[in-house]
Formats: sequence, C-alpha cells, structure tokens
Amino acid sequence: MTARFAATELNLSNYRTERRYRLMLFSMTAMLVLPVLIILGILVLKGAPMISWEFLFEFPRRGMTEGGIYPALLGTIFIVVVDLIFAMPIGVAAAIYLSEYAPDNWLTRTINLAIINLAGVPSIVHALFGVGAFVIFFGFGTSILAAALTVAIMTLPLVIVATRESLQAVPQAFREACWSMGASRWQTIFAVVLPNAISGILTGLILEVSRTAGETAPIMFTGAAFFLPFLPESVFEQTMALSLHLYVVSTQVPEVPEALPYGVALVLIGIVLIMNAISIVFRSYLRGKKKW
Amino acid sequence: MSENTLAPSQLDQRDASWYVDKLVQILMFVGGISAIIFIIGIFVFITKEGLGFLFEGFSFTEFFGSINWRPTSANPTYGALALIVGTASVTGVAMLVAIPFSLGAAVYISEFATGRTKETLKVLVELLAAIPSVVWGFIGMSIMNEFIIEVFDVPIGLNVLNAGIILGLMAAPIMTTIAEDALKAVPDRYREAAEAMGATRWQIIRQVIMPAAKNGLVSAVLLGVGRGFGETMAVLMASGHAINIPTSPFDSVRALTATIAAELGETAQGSEHYGALFALGILLFIITFIINLAADLVVRGIRKK
Amino acid sequence: MVASETRTKVLEVDNLSISYGAKTAMSGLNLDVYENEIFGIIGPANSGKTSFLRAINRMDAFDTNMKVSGSLRFMGTEVSAWRNAYALRRQIGVVFPLPVGLPMSIYDNVAFAAKLRGVKGKAAIDEVVERCLTRAALWDEVKDRLDSLGSQLSGGQQQRLTIARALSQEPTLLMLDEFSIAVDPVTTMRIEDVLKELKKEMTILLVTNLVQQAERLADRTALFLSGSLIEIGETGALFEGQTQDQRTKDYLEGRFG
Repeated sequence: MTARFAATELNLSNYRTERRYRLMLFSMTAMLVLPVLIILGILVLKGAPMISWEFLFEFPRRGMTEGGIYPALLGTIFIVVVDLIFAMPIGVAAAIYLSEYAPDNWLTRTINLAIINLAGVPSIVHALFGVGAFVIFFGFGTSILAAALTVAIMTLPLVIVATRESLQAVPQAFREACWSMGASRWQTIFAVVLPNAISGILTGLILEVSRTAGETAPIMFTGAAFFLPFLPESVFEQTMALSLHLYVVSTQVPEVPEALPYGVALVLIGIVLIMNAISIVFRSYLRGKKKW
Repeated sequence: MSENTLAPSQLDQRDASWYVDKLVQILMFVGGISAIIFIIGIFVFITKEGLGFLFEGFSFTEFFGSINWRPTSANPTYGALALIVGTASVTGVAMLVAIPFSLGAAVYISEFATGRTKETLKVLVELLAAIPSVVWGFIGMSIMNEFIIEVFDVPIGLNVLNAGIILGLMAAPIMTTIAEDALKAVPDRYREAAEAMGATRWQIIRQVIMPAAKNGLVSAVLLGVGRGFGETMAVLMASGHAINIPTSPFDSVRALTATIAAELGETAQGSEHYGALFALGILLFIITFIINLAADLVVRGIRKK
Repeated sequence: MVASETRTKVLEVDNLSISYGAKTAMSGLNLDVYENEIFGIIGPANSGKTSFLRAINRMDAFDTNMKVSGSLRFMGTEVSAWRNAYALRRQIGVVFPLPVGLPMSIYDNVAFAAKLRGVKGKAAIDEVVERCLTRAALWDEVKDRLDSLGSQLSGGQQQRLTIARALSQEPTLLMLDEFSIAVDPVTTMRIEDVLKELKKEMTILLVTNLVQQAERLADRTALFLSGSLIEIGETGALFEGQTQDQRTKDYLEGRFG
C-alpha cells in the first residue's frame, strides 16, 4: 500500500505554490532588513575613521567644523539622567496601578487610551507642549529640566508597557498566597511581584535610555542648544545634545567635512543600538533563569 | 498561641502597614492617571498658546484652502494646504513601501520562520525600530539623496520619494511587530483544524489566519499611518522642505511637523507666527488622536467577537 | 461525643450567598464551626467549597467580580466589619490545592508571615522558621538548604512548605483547600498526621475531594452540592449511613461526584 502515500499531482503543485509564496515572503522580509544593514554598513565605513579619543572628548572648534563632540555627548547623558528620574518612578507607578490595582472600568480604559495616545502624539507636538508648559508656564526656561521632562512624558508609555508586561507575567497564585497570609497589597507587590518583575523594569529602563538619547524634536526648543562653548552647571541651563548636534552639523553649518556628521551619527546610533542589544541579551538571559 | 485568646477588637487595629498600604495605593493611582493628566495637559497647553492666533489671524478658508504659508512676509498669510498635502504625500509613499513589506515580513516571521531564523529576524526588526529619527533624516540627506540622484537622474534627491522611503523604513518595524502579534494571537487550533482538512500552509494563511487577524492588521496599518503623519526630524531633513503641491515623487515638499520644527526657533513667543505654529500642532494632535482612537477601536472590535 | 453547642464558635455562617457576576456560587449557607475541631467540607467540583473559603478571609476584596451577602462571623465579629482586613487574614492560614512556594528562599517563605505579624529579631524568626518547618514535617529535608528557592522544591515538599508558612502565622483557623491534589500518598499521610496534632491548637477547615480523607480526619463533615449545603453531621455517623438526605449517602458511597 505504499502508493497511498506517494505524492499526487495536486500535492506536488500545492507544494510548489507553497514554496513560491514562502520565497516571496522571505524576500520581502529580507528587503526590509537588508537595505538597513547596508545603510548601517555605510555609516560604519564612513564614520569609523572619525572616531578617536579627541573626537569623543574635545569641544567642537571652528564653527563646529573641527574638534569633537564632548559637550553634546555629556549633554545627552545629562538629559537621559534627568529623564530617568522622572520617567521611571511615574512609569513604574502607572504600570503597578494598571497591573495590580486597576479594576476593569471606564477609567482604566481611558488610562490605556491615554497611554496609546501619549505614544502616538507626534514628537513635535510634545515639543510644543514642553515649550508651553515647562519653558513658559512653569518658568523653567529652555533648560535641561524642561527638555528632560518633555522627553520623559513622551516616552512614558515605553516604561509603562515594559513594566506592566513583566508585572503581569508574575503568576496570580503568588499574589493570592501572599494576600492570604495577611500581607497588604503593597507588601505583596514589594515582596513578591516587584522582585520577579525587575528584569522587565530594567529592560524598560535600558530602552528608555536608548529612546531618550535619540530624540531630537522634543528637546530642540525646550533645552538643547545648537552650540555652547561651556558645559551646563545646573539643570536650569541649556545643554548641547548628540541628536541635535547631528541635525546641526548635517544641515545648519556650512563647510562641514563630509565625514564629520557620519562620525556623529555613528556615535549616536552606536549608543542606541548597544543599549537595545543589551536589553535583548539581558531579556533572553533572564528568561533562561526563571524562578518558577 | 497567645493571640488566639485575644478578642478581634484587640487584633483589628489599623497598624502602620495598613496606612502605608493606603498611601501607596494613592501614589500608584496618581501614577496611573498621570497619563490622562499629561494627554489633557498637552491639549490644554498647545491650545492655550495657539488660541490667540485662532481668534485673530486664523481664517478657516485660508488655513485649509491656500497653499501660501508666508508667515514672515509684510502681509503674512497662513495657508496650510501645501503642508497638509506634503505630509499626506510623504505618508502615502511611506505606506506604499511599508504596508506590503511589513505585512509580508510579519506573515513570514509568524508563520514560516522557526527557531534561530525567527529569533534573529525579530531581533533585527526590534533594532530597526530603535534607530533615532534624526539618524534616519541624516541617512535620507546623505546616502538616500545620492542614491536617488544616481538612479533616477534627477537634480535633487530630497523629495517625496526620499522622505517616503525613509518614513516607510521607519514605520515598517513597528507595523511588523504589531501585525506579527495579531497573527500570533490567532489560536493554533484554527491552524490545526485547517491542516487536518488538508489545506496547504498558504491556503491556511490566506483563508484562515489573515481573516482572523484582520482587525489587528488594520490597526497595525493605522498606527503606521499615525507614525508617518507625526514623524518630524526625518521628514524635515529628507523631504527638501519646499512649499509645493507635488506632481511627481521627485518634487520636494514640506510637512506640517517639519514646518513647526524649522520655524519655532525663529518666532517670538506670543506672536502671530508663533500662534500659527501651535495651530498646526493642534491640527496634528487632533489627526493623530483620531487615528490612534480608530486603531484602538478596531483592536477592541476583535476582543468583542 | 462532646456537646458541640457549649463550645466556642470560631465561625458562624448565616444565610451566606456568594456570586460572581450573574453566576451564583453559593446560596443560603448556614453553618457553625467550633473551636479545635476539624470541620470537613466535601462535594464535587463547582459546589462552592473554594468560594466559601475565599469569603471567610475576604478575598472578595481582590476580586471586584465577587459579591458576598449574608452574615459570616469569625471569632464573633462580622468579617466584613473588620477595619483591617489584613489583620483578619493574618488569623487565618490557607493551604491551596496546588502548592505555592513563593519565589523566595525557603527560609523567607516561612519568615515572611512571621515578620508580617510583627516578630522581630533574627533569633526569634529563626526559632519560628525551625519550629514551623519541623511541625510541617519538612525541617529534616531542608535544614541544610534554607537559602534555596521555595518554588523549586518538589510538589510534596512545597505543600509542606505552604503548611509551615501558614503555621508561622500562628492562625486561629487553618483552611486547607484540597491540599492533597498534587501530593503523593506518602506525603498526604504525613500531612494528615500533622493536622491531627494541630487540631489541639487551632480550628481546621478541611475542604477535600477525597471522601475517605474527611472520614479519616474530620470531626464533623458538610456536603456541598451546586452552591448549597446538603447536610452537616458528625463524620462517624454520616459514614455509618445515618444521613438525612439520600444525596449524601449516594455521594459518600461514590455514586456521583
């Protein structure tokens, strides 16, 4: 009875069609990924010669056509740090509320809709909000503080979503066991839920760093300066930032050597991609050592 | 067991941990509603700054009907039509690029790829999504610009096509991720049932999985459109930033977002021009709000079923 | 047989109903549980046994869908009238059907509840941990690895860990919900022996899917069926066939459930 299992004409043609579609879909996926890899390759090729100790740790010279990116690099770090101080506590609190407290009602649905919209509102509209609220209304002026707050609100959904996912991954049975011992909601969250969601929270933090470092529009009118010959001394001062510096040297400054913006772009994308790579590695490492 | 002899009245005390718990609950609630507060705050503050213009310099027919955006001329006009068309044309090209490729990639990753390939592709898509928009803009200005000039033999490479492709590549990873989630959410028993009836993989995808994931796919496209509409730096740098109603993909255009980014730094706070830029912001806020709301309603449509 | 009526009532339940949304899980329940008895509750799945336990320690506070009405008094006070529900729960130990070792060390699993009720100082907590693990017949197996994860013990060990944890609360009432479902027979017998000892110090509410387990342990037994109480009686009498309701007899003899 072997004949029963032999390929029929129909089976064969089905098989061929299937292979054709599979190949088509694979090439579409490749078309999406390949150009970007090529582009990244070009960035590395053209930008790598720029990278040197001096490039990273010197001030720009001669109208930013020479010298390094030190104040921009440091300014990005300042903005990121201040951003984290606001975005992490608010984002984690919001995630804890949504995962641990929120009943299924209209308010929760509204919060979720607000989070989606916070992520969906254009970055330049966030910039306008930052100008109207932090620069003018709260009187912070164009400053690191105003810029960091603007970016923090814009990127809040990132922290909320990453944290909420990891909180919800903690089995409900752990909470119930804790509650039944007389632990309060907060004692339960603190003793059982948070320690087991810490990986997700850290992933959110790393992604937040990467996002914040790359944002340009929300900081360009709220606290980032085109050029400053000195470093900021408080959060109420302006600063240079790497992302804006890339925009400036590639569009606003005449006679910039061709390689310079490639160098800036490479440093910026290097920071962002390394951060993301860390979060990916970190996630798969932690997935391997789950406690249950 | 000394406590067993205690009466409930003695045991039932609100101790420190009870009050801490209440306090934390309030703090977390504040964190939770902060998202609502911020969204309302955004609307209130951009409206506040744009209000002066809306009541004085603003004319509905000029704003939506004229292509003359001349805020700095002696007799300023604020026609946003060219900016709206610019944004729409770039977003349109972006979607032509992004929709087929991201949906194709989502189907491949979700239904065909396995093991290492699948993981690698997902990681690559995630990394793509992480590239900052100013870097995309720089890529548009440098690499893509040269590429378009070479290949199509046109004088300027900063145009609808350039910005559209860049925006498409930017939106595609997000759309791929959302679409893949939607496909993944289709229960395996659908696949198994169809397989048991002898359907091929492609038939299953076309006739079972795609229809079942329809809402998620539509919402992925909507969010991609919203993303394209709101993108600022990349469009500013790659579109040519010229006020123009485009007649071909090789025309330069100017987008709503890019106009705000380019001009806000040069306006005096409270001036008519400043207010006009906030009015553009209000328009952008409303459009993206509607798109996001629609995407959310579409997704919720699935859950109801 | 002691005249039950003269003993202290730990639980007094009067016309208790529990529902989840439109679904009724328990209606019109009346029963009393006395101090230092093992009160068995038997019945097939979905008969309202677990819902009853959840109403006692007010888990409805964590489940907006769950509605409880009627009167349920613990140590003479309505549970709903406790101003600090956490203090109420500290008086009630719970053991779940599936063992839940919390994802923390074995030591911390047991020390957690002790700390919650205010035991301070390493020596005092060490003492509680050792005593409770010993009573739960687990000490000898884990005393050399108190730092390893509670959630990575075997099922039977985790269930004894859960019991040790409940004991560290020094509860007035210990509630066990089908504790032997995921436990091997040898461990089950060991836990049953522990329970017989514990009865001297606390009241035990034993929900079980094993009729024989109720027969071995319970002083009195109640049969729940589809959200209502069918019959309560002295366990010995029930198993000798002195039942009021034919369904009890059928259930005890294994004709359904």
